[in-house]
Amino acid sequence: MATTMITTLDRTSRAAARGLSDMSIRNLFIIPTILFLIVFNIFPLIYSLGYSFTDFRASTNAPANFVGLQNYRDLLNDPYVWSNFAITAKYVIISVAGQLLVGFGVAMLLNRDIPLKGLITTLLLLPMMLSMAVVGLFWKLLYDPSWGVINYALGLGNFEWLADPKMALYAVALTDIWMWSPFVMLLSLAGLSAVPKHLYEAAAIDRAGPFYTFFRITLPLVAPILMIAVIFRTMEAFKTFDLAYILTSQPTAELISIRLYKMAFQEWQTGRSCALAYIVLIMVLAITNIYVKYLNKVKER
Amino acid sequence: MAAVRTSSEIGFNRVAIVAVLLVTIIFLAPIYWIASTAFKPRNLATTIPPTVVFQPEISPFVKLFTKRSQMRNPPSPEEYAAAPWWERVVFDGGEKIVRDGKGQVQWSGYPSRFMNSLIIAITSTVLAVGMGTFTAYGFSRFKVKGEADLLFFILSTRMLPPVVVAIPMFLMYRAVGLNDSHLGLIILYTAFNLSFSVWLMKGFMDEIPKEYEEAALVDGYTRMEAFFKIVLPEAATGIAATAVFCFITAWNEYAFALIMTNRRAQTAPPFIPSQVGAGLPDWTVIAAGTFLFLLPVAIFTFLLRNHLLRGMSFGAIRK
Repeated sequence: MATTMITTLDRTSRAAARGLSDMSIRNLFIIPTILFLIVFNIFPLIYSLGYSFTDFRASTNAPANFVGLQNYRDLLNDPYVWSNFAITAKYVIISVAGQLLVGFGVAMLLNRDIPLKGLITTLLLLPMMLSMAVVGLFWKLLYDPSWGVINYALGLGNFEWLADPKMALYAVALTDIWMWSPFVMLLSLAGLSAVPKHLYEAAAIDRAGPFYTFFRITLPLVAPILMIAVIFRTMEAFKTFDLAYILTSQPTAELISIRLYKMAFQEWQTGRSCALAYIVLIMVLAITNIYVKYLNKVKER
Repeated sequence: MAAVRTSSEIGFNRVAIVAVLLVTIIFLAPIYWIASTAFKPRNLATTIPPTVVFQPEISPFVKLFTKRSQMRNPPSPEEYAAAPWWERVVFDGGEKIVRDGKGQVQWSGYPSRFMNSLIIAITSTVLAVGMGTFTAYGFSRFKVKGEADLLFFILSTRMLPPVVVAIPMFLMYRAVGLNDSHLGLIILYTAFNLSFSVWLMKGFMDEIPKEYEEAALVDGYTRMEAFFKIVLPEAATGIAATAVFCFITAWNEYAFALIMTNRRAQTAPPFIPSQVGAGLPDWTVIAAGTFLFLLPVAIFTFLLRNHLLRGMSFGAIRK
């Protein structure tokens, strides 16, 4: 107690007198970042909120006319846009569920003494660190119906992956599962290694079967960390643009980000795309809010 | 597990090890395929059955860096003999290297895109980590009104889909002439990474005991001196890990680069796919470009392996 008192006193007298006060250092350290983010993140969003109420087209010099909520009304009544959302939802479910299964499964396998475990884990993590766009492009060669390695390895003949409207979305999801299962694996491994060993020992003494041990001990204790993985991957999958845009141009695989991109930069419906961007933004903020709340809850434990 | 292992447990362990090896091979196969295609002669890149064993060649990399044109007739023996080795491998593929009037070899678009990627990724990383470190220290050590809300605001700017942010940025950049400029992308990537760097660095700062600085303050250091001489050296590992994460994010970024640049400041991620045009692409050249582009990230992944969990979860899980 006494030392704290002295430090506090000291800080206000000697040190503070010579240098900047704590208050001004705090402001100096924090305010520039906040300002920077406001100028380059918030201001553009306000700018596009304004345009979302107009019929502005960036490809022409025609002035923007105020149309009120017309864009929002049109978008929400557009079955085409709704189908993009439905495709996105389907994609999110397939790819996140796939990543959860593969990632957690591999983590269960890895959670034991294995020679070269460190090296294997690092190698498995490689896909998620690589550029989605660049590696995704290469999957086009792997999926190629005539000379793709995948068809050859699985003996599928000339199976169409990306050119078949029914298959394209699954193919994109499969690549995403390949890239991001390692992420779920990484988190699951952390969760699994944190399960206290004595619980398993107690279960073994009680002659609990493997199923009982898994569902009553392993799963409940790893669940919070799996939840983080699920929310995080859901958010990222919802935003997916690169991979789907590079791999296929099938309308059946047109995720909402791709629709937005086309509306804004190919059809140049700037005003309407701003409105759609806002609809997407509100959805993302809702998911982010859940995520951050959950993160703080986990951190507190 | 229990000290005494039953034979079925040991058996299951063996099965698990085999399964892990199998999974590892499957997961690495696409990456191996990129790397191996980068060293194949063109005619072996798309064969049935796929070519696994072959004589590695350097020609895809020569082709990657140069502009070439198809040759109707093979080069004369004198021309062939006079050519340096790297030109011969192009001749062998039925192409020749394009030269300008002075006989200077014409470069392909790849080296400049690679340089753009380097410049933009490094500069934005330095800015994002620099600002992020100061801000994280501010949040970690001082009381800030509405801290949780501010941190949420900082994070949420990162969570938006790139295309949502790109629409207004595109219009604003067009108004001030920042489209297709290095500075434009550097600002965007800095803003994008800044939030990440604040969150991650705050975790690292929280781990440095306050007592270190307080001792320094007692010794007559100012708060600034204590920050630069005590805190920064302690945070070095955290700063390095954060920097590598920011670099990888900027290096890999595709959507902003696709929308904001088209030539002068274009980075490698939008350029590499643009090589696949109509007709049959030369996959060996694309693989060579991809290989060089992925190499730095692969190296960083190994250097970063102990911090991956923390970085990928925004500092939520520490271990």
